[in-house]
Amino acid sequence: MIALALPAQDSGSFTPPGIDEMHLPAILPWGAHDGFSKQMLLVILSVVIIATFFILAARKQQLVPGKLQFAGEMAYGFVRNSIAKDIIGGKDFIKYVPLLFSLFFFILVNNIYGAIPVIQLPSFSHVGGAYVLAGIVYFTWIIIGIKKNGLKYFKLATVPSGVPWYILPIVVPIEIISNFLVRPVTHSLRLFATMLAGHLIVMLAGSGIEYLVMQENVLLKGTSVLVLVGAIAMYMLEALIMALQAYVFTLLTAIYIEGALHADSH
Amino acid sequence: MNQLIISAATEGEEAANPLVPNVWEMGVVLVGFAVLLYIVVKFIVPMFEKTFAERAEAIEGGIAKAEAAQAEASAALEEYKQQLTDARAEANRIREEARAEGAQILADLKAKAAAEAARITEQAHAAIESERQAAVVSLRSEVGTLATTLAGRIVGEALTDDQRSARVVDRFLADLETQSAGAAK
Repeated sequence: MIALALPAQDSGSFTPPGIDEMHLPAILPWGAHDGFSKQMLLVILSVVIIATFFILAARKQQLVPGKLQFAGEMAYGFVRNSIAKDIIGGKDFIKYVPLLFSLFFFILVNNIYGAIPVIQLPSFSHVGGAYVLAGIVYFTWIIIGIKKNGLKYFKLATVPSGVPWYILPIVVPIEIISNFLVRPVTHSLRLFATMLAGHLIVMLAGSGIEYLVMQENVLLKGTSVLVLVGAIAMYMLEALIMALQAYVFTLLTAIYIEGALHADSH
Repeated sequence: MNQLIISAATEGEEAANPLVPNVWEMGVVLVGFAVLLYIVVKFIVPMFEKTFAERAEAIEGGIAKAEAAQAEASAALEEYKQQLTDARAEANRIREEARAEGAQILADLKAKAAAEAARITEQAHAAIESERQAAVVSLRSEVGTLATTLAGRIVGEALTDDQRSARVVDRFLADLETQSAGAAK
């Protein structure tokens, strides 16, 4: 980590950007390190964007939708049918649609920020937001499990049926660790790490291009084009991953909820 | 740029571990997400679900209506076909009847004509017979008279002369002719 933290500035050699570049100075600072950061602004903006778009799209409620309503219905229908209905199913999947819908578009918009020039910062490249969302999901599925099955839920979730008794001492701790300890961590870190890495790569490519262009040797200057081509490819890949991670996070949420609902049949 | 990096580096010395969250940011995400979830639960999902339900209802209603129309149309077609068959049968029956009636009428007329012809022939025969009878009767009476007259004439005049007898006969015949002409008148 110390190696990643910025080495001493040397104008002659290339210094790759590190983790600390993730922490832009606060827009409205207070205290020593805290302040109203760009991430916070973007998160608030994302809520406004999503709410505005979908309220405008859903407001008219026409049987034959216009373009905006159709787009909204497509987006809503994707989460409703492809995630909630397909994974949770049953009659009461509709209860969980609002949570899944909000998660998907909240993460999607906050990720896509990273692909928009000027904004160029996925909100979840800071781990805090990812912890919060994964925590909400964690408590949601545990509460659903307890509501559905009572306290017996913890037994159902940790003691798999059909396993011989002498293996249980091994299996039960593994189940406890994987379901109740590791699951929220992986759930949050998966989102955070992909966004951080993606952002780092884009930053690295950017600063690399900048460094190469500054060189006086024309041939060396020319190699910046290669980096640019690579950067564009990485940018495309990142854009894909941004959408994919929003989908994965929501899909996993649906799978956890389904597991809590039908704990007795697992 | 360099200035920024340096300041960030000095500031971020202890905050360098990326896994340590910023509490303020967590708060913003929590509140922001809660607000979004509230809006979604309260407005967005109900609006979309209402539209979906209305659309499904409209489509199902449309299908039911179309099915009713289809059933009605096929019933009408069935009825029409039935009527057509009935009408055809009726027409056949009428044609059959007409043909039979025609034949009947023809036979009647033929019989009537034959009877009439027979009657007319009969009448003609009867008339001819009666006329012949009348002719015979009148002839018979007249021949007697004529014969007596002729005999008297012959007896009255001498029958020696051929010339005279021939004259007598001629006169007789002429008389006869005038008489028959008078009778015809």
